[in-house]
Amino acid sequence: MKHLKAVNKKAHRIEQHAAAVHGDIYGMQQGGPGGAPAARPHYPVGCSIVFSPGWEVDSAGGTAGLCQPAERDLYDCYVTCFWPAQVPDHYNNYPDWTSKCASATKDWRNIELVFP
Amino acid sequence: MTSTVTPLSLGEFHHFQTSGVDFLYLVPSGGIFAVSPAGRTAMELLREKPLDADDLLTALVAKGYSAPDAQEAITDLFEARAIRDVRGFEDPPQDPVDNFPLQSLVMNLTNQCNLSCQYCYEFGEDKVATPDGKPKFMSEEVAKASVDHLITSSKGRRAIHITFFGGETLMNFPLLKWVVTYATEQAQLAGQFLDFSLTTNGTLLSPEVIDFLVENSIGVTVSMDGPKEMHDALRVYANGKGSYDVLAPKVKALIAKHSTRPIAARVTLTQQVTSVKDIFHHLKHEMGFAEVGFAPVTAAPDRLYTIGNSSMDRVFEQFKELAVEYRDWAVENRMHGFSNVSDTLAEIHAGINKSHPCGAGLGLVGVGPSGDIAPCHRFVDSDTHALGSVLDGGLDKAKQKEFLDRGHIGAKFDCHTCFARPLCAGGCHHEAFVRYGDTGHPNLHFCDWIRGWTDLCLNIYGEIAVKNPGFLDRFEQRKPLQ
Repeated sequence: MKHLKAVNKKAHRIEQHAAAVHGDIYGMQQGGPGGAPAARPHYPVGCSIVFSPGWEVDSAGGTAGLCQPAERDLYDCYVTCFWPAQVPDHYNNYPDWTSKCASATKDWRNIELVFP
Repeated sequence: MTSTVTPLSLGEFHHFQTSGVDFLYLVPSGGIFAVSPAGRTAMELLREKPLDADDLLTALVAKGYSAPDAQEAITDLFEARAIRDVRGFEDPPQDPVDNFPLQSLVMNLTNQCNLSCQYCYEFGEDKVATPDGKPKFMSEEVAKASVDHLITSSKGRRAIHITFFGGETLMNFPLLKWVVTYATEQAQLAGQFLDFSLTTNGTLLSPEVIDFLVENSIGVTVSMDGPKEMHDALRVYANGKGSYDVLAPKVKALIAKHSTRPIAARVTLTQQVTSVKDIFHHLKHEMGFAEVGFAPVTAAPDRLYTIGNSSMDRVFEQFKELAVEYRDWAVENRMHGFSNVSDTLAEIHAGINKSHPCGAGLGLVGVGPSGDIAPCHRFVDSDTHALGSVLDGGLDKAKQKEFLDRGHIGAKFDCHTCFARPLCAGGCHHEAFVRYGDTGHPNLHFCDWIRGWTDLCLNIYGEIAVKNPGFLDRFEQRKPLQ
């Protein structure tokens, strides 16, 4: 509401109600009503417990801030993530697969290929 | 739009202006908006006469606003119901849900008192209690049944509350201690957070009592009417001797030791005691209370201590001065302690729109020594107003409904055109009964006063919202857990 500025809590609820009833639905990158700037999409920090494929880039357009940066994909699919990636079976056959990898972002090169 | 559509007219609101900003207090909802110049102009045009939307738009454009801007102003005002195309009243607030869970229990541990304050509603001719043949002190059996009633009737609430009341509460201190232990256990079993408070005249605050209150974080409100000469005017022992000298050192000892909960003073204003600023200054700055709240005595209009109209005007002027002081402190981000303002600001901030003036008979009930359930502590042991008994079946739903229907704002036609009704809802049920013999009667003798107070507090709220909005965050929770 451009001509009424909500001051107390009830007024904020009225404003939300009016927006919900009459407002359009806007894409996250598209900007809000009345030429409002685009709301930046919310990227979760650290996912791995929610269904979250699709975060190919972070909010700055890069990969560094992703919950699972590309560098960590292999390692985290192995340790913490539910995502059914092709990683060695660390329960039975390759329990020490990542033993040389203390920090995934730095040591990922030490993780070796295994051939079942 | 064609002219067959009902023209737009002004909705129901209270306009106020502070710090150069125009505010609207929307009456049916309780929302507060700051309105733009275009919105303000639209409303001024509609104040002259109702207009079709097209005509209003044309008139706004003629005043220099662009057509899209004017259209948006009209839409915004319409959405918030500051303007509308219907005639008649808005829907009244919804009825409370059935089986509204209990939140607060006021336990009158005794109806006996060691003082004989001349204005007391327990002893005065205006009393509603019918104590003949009933016990004066609550027994452990009744106390246990009361606590059990609270626990079983408050299912679904995370936090519940017990207030100890009297008579003089501390005349039954052994039972108070027992209740604190028993109720704490029961609340733990039920997985609820329980806290306690008590109201006392302060004369029986021994070191042992103070230690107990501190250890159990029990909130304390002391009934005190100001400096000695004012306090002793009506708060006297049966022999007529004033009580100030007895309680003042004890209250100071309590305040010095009890830091877990803010200690509040509760002042009863009478014809003899109306120096609000002097009283506040004494209690806040000389006694050391964290908060001081005032209320005019409840009494029939012909009592000598009843405040007359001219005195109420004087009281209002002093309330105003003190409230302005509160505002200035708030702008500097300091808590002032005039709790009448805090309480009203908290309700304004939430945008509350009451169906009933208070929680009596709804989220709150009182229980007297006999075990009878009353709508609140003021009706305890009144046969006429009893809503069942904790010893016999608990709350009588039919009687509760009758009481609540009677006190609902929808039944108070005098209130339907008043801008203060979302906060007032007709005023205290007990005051209404003493004045008019009907708990559902609006307290018409206070209307001008309440409207003046509401307007004053709205202005203060608006000014704080402009100059120090962060201060209002402390009202985010209406009744924050301690």
